[in-house]
Order: sequence, then structure tokens, then C-alpha cells
Amino acid sequence: MSTEVATTPVSPAPTAHRQGSGTRVGDTVFHMVCLAAALAVAVLLALVLWQLFKGSNLALKQFGWKFFTGKEWNPVTGEFGALPFIFGTIVSSTLALLIAVPLGVGTAIYLTDLAPVKLRQPMTSLIEMLAAVPSVVWGLWALFVLIPILRASVYPVLKHWFGFLPIFQGPIYGIGLLTSGVILAIMILPIITSVSREVLRSVPNLQREAAYALGATRWEVTRIAVLSYARRGLFGASVLGLGRAIGETMAVTMVIGNTRYIGPTLFHPATTLASGIANEFTEATTDIYLSSLFELGLVLLGVTVLVNILAQVMVRAFTTAEARRVA
Amino acid sequence: MNVTSGNHKFRKAKSLAMNGLCIACAVLVILPLGMILFYLVQKGASSLNRAFFTGIPKPAGMPGGGMGNAILGTLELVALASCIGVPIGILGGVYLSEYGGERMNTWIRFWADVLNGVPSIVWGMVAYTLVVLPMKHFSAWAGALALAFIMIPLVLRTTEEVLVLVPRSYREAALALGLPQWKAIVRIILPTAMRGIITGVLLAMGRIAGETAPLLFTAFGNTNWSHHLGEPIAALPLQIFSYATAPADDWNRQAWAGALVLVAMTFCLSLSVRLFSAGRFQKNT
Repeated sequence: MSTEVATTPVSPAPTAHRQGSGTRVGDTVFHMVCLAAALAVAVLLALVLWQLFKGSNLALKQFGWKFFTGKEWNPVTGEFGALPFIFGTIVSSTLALLIAVPLGVGTAIYLTDLAPVKLRQPMTSLIEMLAAVPSVVWGLWALFVLIPILRASVYPVLKHWFGFLPIFQGPIYGIGLLTSGVILAIMILPIITSVSREVLRSVPNLQREAAYALGATRWEVTRIAVLSYARRGLFGASVLGLGRAIGETMAVTMVIGNTRYIGPTLFHPATTLASGIANEFTEATTDIYLSSLFELGLVLLGVTVLVNILAQVMVRAFTTAEARRVA
Repeated sequence: MNVTSGNHKFRKAKSLAMNGLCIACAVLVILPLGMILFYLVQKGASSLNRAFFTGIPKPAGMPGGGMGNAILGTLELVALASCIGVPIGILGGVYLSEYGGERMNTWIRFWADVLNGVPSIVWGMVAYTLVVLPMKHFSAWAGALALAFIMIPLVLRTTEEVLVLVPRSYREAALALGLPQWKAIVRIILPTAMRGIITGVLLAMGRIAGETAPLLFTAFGNTNWSHHLGEPIAALPLQIFSYATAPADDWNRQAWAGALVLVAMTFCLSLSVRLFSAGRFQKNT
């Protein structure tokens, strides 16, 4: 990283003038160095965009918008379309949200309003530990523990009761879209829970007390006074989780089966943008192949950045508005 | 009262049921943590022996071997990445808390948060184009650079958060004594906030130590000891990944042992974070 400005070494000022020009030079230099370090984040952002654009230049030119609608991905004929990757990313992260949001918000409610005060901090620490488990370890665990459980006792039940729905039809492989949805849900639960908890905690107590005074039960207080009040912040927390789910690579690569698939059944192996890149990057032998993978990266970057900005704006707008109101 | 009592009972019951559901959610969220720790110890502990920590991977089919090179490689990568990422992150944090104006800071924080959301595999692609393509081979440098990219916004944000906790009076006292501002920062403000800064750095190190995706096509992995930083280097997450997906029982067993070591490493880091941050607020207020 060479974003630090090249600072010419400052020759030590004569002792007589130490208090004068010498310190001012020192201050200016230090100020500039810090400024350069802070601007490194802007430089990095520009660098990512520029490198991915440059890398995908060839594919951008050759396929244009067709890249997003093409289903073919054939290194031999040089035909590349991103649709199966986009499909897998959307389906797996949507599944993850469907599972993780109710669980995460429920846990956040428990932690802010229901749990005994003594239990709150330890539980929060445990959830933080959950976030510290590396992605590849979740993948390993999913391969050898989660998949056998799902294949033996969860998926057959789903198929038996809901088999009339097209999403639960077809053979059960174990690996596939639904499995990656489950593992993604587990991985994004900590962030959804902790941000939701923050949001719920910023709901003023007056709000709760007013509902209690009207004779509401505990759940009614939560539903009427807390949840509906905080819904924008909770939505932001979910979107933040979505951003994580879209970019998650390793655990998904290990359990999704890495097959290009577009279709209704959730038991089928598929692939995502991130896992496609992870799998094929070192195999890319032709320029157009590598360039197409870069374009997958560009799509991934664009989507996650947009999703993150949206989430941040929503969460920050909510919590700062609350802080202002309380103050 | 009598008219509504049936309804009241129903509402009470519903409240109880929904609260029970929230408790169930909390249990379900904690459950995977319990399960993963249990299986890590159960499946991994038996394969931990001296050879595991000192040996290198054996060819397929041969039993034994270890992940010594991968453990060392991860330590090297994290150290190298920290050499790049920590100074930039801390100095950037200093700028935000000591120099920057309101508008500038808002933008830098915003960009840093956007960077935090960039998928780690994308950083691998950037490091690939910056280092691997010009050098024409995979290297430890490329892997460390990718990890450093992830580290910078993390360290920057946490550094700023602790620096603003340093009381204003410290700064005023230092300046009143005639210290130039940079000296006040380096000698007074940074040492005061040191615990918090170290906490942030350790958290960031724990985060990058477990990263796999950015190393796939930068550090690449190596089945041997690597002797200098210009060649591919093994890393624990990479080794776990390749052993977990390999169709050999012995390798799968070692993947569990490697995962146990990796999780122990990251948990030790976050444990020391707790020790460090315990005294943070006492010192500042």
C-alpha cells in the first residue's frame, strides 16, 4: 500500500529555533501523514472499482448487457452469462434472510426486554463469539454435521408435508440451495441480532411505559410500542445481514454444490457469484474467461456496496434520530 | 371486567406464547455455537499431537503429517498484513479524531463502512491484479496485501472510537505545556487510549486470521515450508478448506484438528480483547 505521501525527512531544526519553525514543520508533516492515512479508505474504494473495471473490460465489451441474461457459461466456446450465479446468490441469501430475521429479531427482543438482567451480557458475548467463528469452519461443520442431519431428518419431512410445492420437489442431495441458505442464516444471525438489539435499545422507555399504562400485555407492548416503532431500524439490520449473506464465500462454496442451476427446487445444487469466483478463478485459462470472472466480481461488489449503503443509511438514521430525541 | 376476562385470558396466553417463542429464538441462535464447539473438540482434539504442529502435509494416502507450515504461514500472513494495515488504520483514526472537520469525517467514516462491507473475495481479486499478475506467481506478499485491505477500515474505525473517549482536558493540558500537537498526540493521547487501540487491532487480527477467500488466489497455499515471502505460502484456513473437501478420511480428520486450532486462535484473541478492554473506561474517565 503506497498511499502514504512521500515525506521528505525533516532535518532537525537548530536548537535555538526549536520552539519556532521546527515544531510547526513537525506538526504539518504529522497532519499530512494522518490525512493521507485517512484518505487511504477513499483511495482503496477507488482502487477496488478501478481494478475490477479494468479486469472485466474485455467481458464488458464482448457481452454487454447480455452478460446478465445469459445462461450459458462455457469456457470452451467462450460463451459467458452470469444468470445462474445471480440466481443462486439471490435465492440463497433470500432463504438466509427468511430464516435469520425472525430468529434474530426474536433473540434481540429477548435480550432487551425479557431476559433476566444477569443473563443479558453473557448471552450477548456468546453471540459475539458466534460471529468470530471463521467462515471455513462453518463450512466444515456444515459438511460433516449439518448436512447429514438435514438430509436424514429435516428434508424428508419437508418433502413429505410440503412436497406438493415445486420448491420441495426432486431428489435430496444434501448439498444445495436450501442448505446454503441455512448455513448463511447461521452466519448472519450475529450481525442481525446485535444490530437489532442496538435498535430496540434506542426505543425510548416512555414508549413502553405508555403501552403498559394502557393495560397492554408484555407481548402487546413489544408489538405495538417497540416493534412497530423500531421497524425501520430493524429493516436496516436485516439489509445489513443481506449484504453479508451476498458476499459470503467459503461456507457457501463448500455446501452449495457449485453447479450452474436455474430452477424451482431448493434441494438442487447451485452456485453463487462469490463461490463461482472462488471455484474457477485459478482455472481461468483464457483472457475472456478471467475477464468474465472479474465481471462477476464487479456485479458482486456493486450489489454489496449498494445494499450496505442502504442499510447504513437506515440504521444510522434511526439510531441517531433516537439519540437526538432522548437528548 | 367480567365481560372482558375471557379476552384477557386469551391475551395473557398469547403474550406468554410469544415470549416463549422469543426465548426459543435465543436458544436456537446459541445452539449452533454449542454444536460447533462440541464437534470441534470431539472430532479435532484426537488428531492434535506434536506431528500436527511441527509436520507438513503428507501426500494423499499416507497417514500422519501435520499443518505446521500452515500454522506458521497464517502467523506470517497476519503479521505482515498488520505491518501494512495497523499503521495506516491508526493514523487514519488519529486524523478523524484529532484533525478532521465534521464534513470530511462523515465522508471518511462512510467510505470506511462501505469498505467493511466489501466481500473478502473481492479483496483477493484486487491483490491478484496488483501483485500476482505483475510478479507472475502467487506469493505471501499478495495474500498479506489482501488481508491488509480488510484490516485498514476495521482498525481505523475502532481507533477513532477510542480516541474520542480521551478527555478534552488531556489535550488542553498538553498544549498548554507547550507541546506541539503531534507530540501531544504521540506522547499523551495515543498512550492514554492504547488499551482500546490494541483491542481494535486484536479484533481485526482475529478477523483476518480466519479469512480464506482472499487467500485462494493470492497466497494460494503450499504443501511445503515456504522460505521467502515471494513464493506461495500455506495458511491454516486454506489447508482446512482443501482437506475438508478432499475425499480422504485422514485428511478430513486433520481438517477438524486444523479448525480447532484456528478457532482456538481466534477465541484467544477475542479473550485477550476482553482482558484489554476491561480497564479501558476506568482509565479514561
